[in-house]
Amino acid sequence: MTTTIIRTTTKILAPLILVFGSYIILHGHLTPGGGFQGGAVFASGLALLIVANNKEKVKELFDKVPLTQLESLGALGFLGIGALGLMGYTFLKNVIANSGLLFGAPTPKGINPGYLNTGGTLSYLNIFVGTKVLAGLTSIVLIFFLILRREKDEW
Amino acid sequence: MRRALGLFAFLSFIILLLAVAISLRPFGEPPHAEMDTYFIEHAQEEASANNVVTSVVFDYRGFDTLGEATVLFTAVSGVLMALRHYGGKEK
Repeated sequence: MTTTIIRTTTKILAPLILVFGSYIILHGHLTPGGGFQGGAVFASGLALLIVANNKEKVKELFDKVPLTQLESLGALGFLGIGALGLMGYTFLKNVIANSGLLFGAPTPKGINPGYLNTGGTLSYLNIFVGTKVLAGLTSIVLIFFLILRREKDEW
Repeated sequence: MRRALGLFAFLSFIILLLAVAISLRPFGEPPHAEMDTYFIEHAQEEASANNVVTSVVFDYRGFDTLGEATVLFTAVSGVLMALRHYGGKEK
């Protein structure tokens, strides 16, 4: 199924797509996009990697990737960051903003070039949602691929 | 009789649409919206993020995003639960 064209294109494109997905996730509080969109882009890069390889290679590649664990980690991390707001405020309150922690630097008001070290809980939630979306979409693509590539006698 | 009724409904619907189209607000002048103004003016200091859309989605309306994430989680769990038997030993 995998031709030389697909394999060569994947070698060039897949790293770029993965980097672009990570960029969209990490810059979710500065540029258009966010966890969901970046996770979908990242998952499309992984889907390209899945489609361009044969079944044995895919099994070897993804055997060590804890996709379901990553998905659960994303959901639990979202809830955990939300629960941080319960320390004196309400659920999902942005307690890290302007606090000086990681991602906690204040944003200057008005037009500014955008600083990565801002956003408070927004950045953490973006990262967790991105992890969750990329793991979930990739595991769906992976399981459909494995079903479609089964030999006849395995049924 | 039915044709006359249909014609009457058709004409009245067209008149309604024309009336609405004439009374539309001019483009680029939304009605007064306090909430929009509040978000645009306070999002940068409260959520400390340049992207106001993200601060609405993840901060002011965080519960909605939690629900969305739960929908995706449920969908993925359902697919994997239904198909893991056929997909070999993976996942």
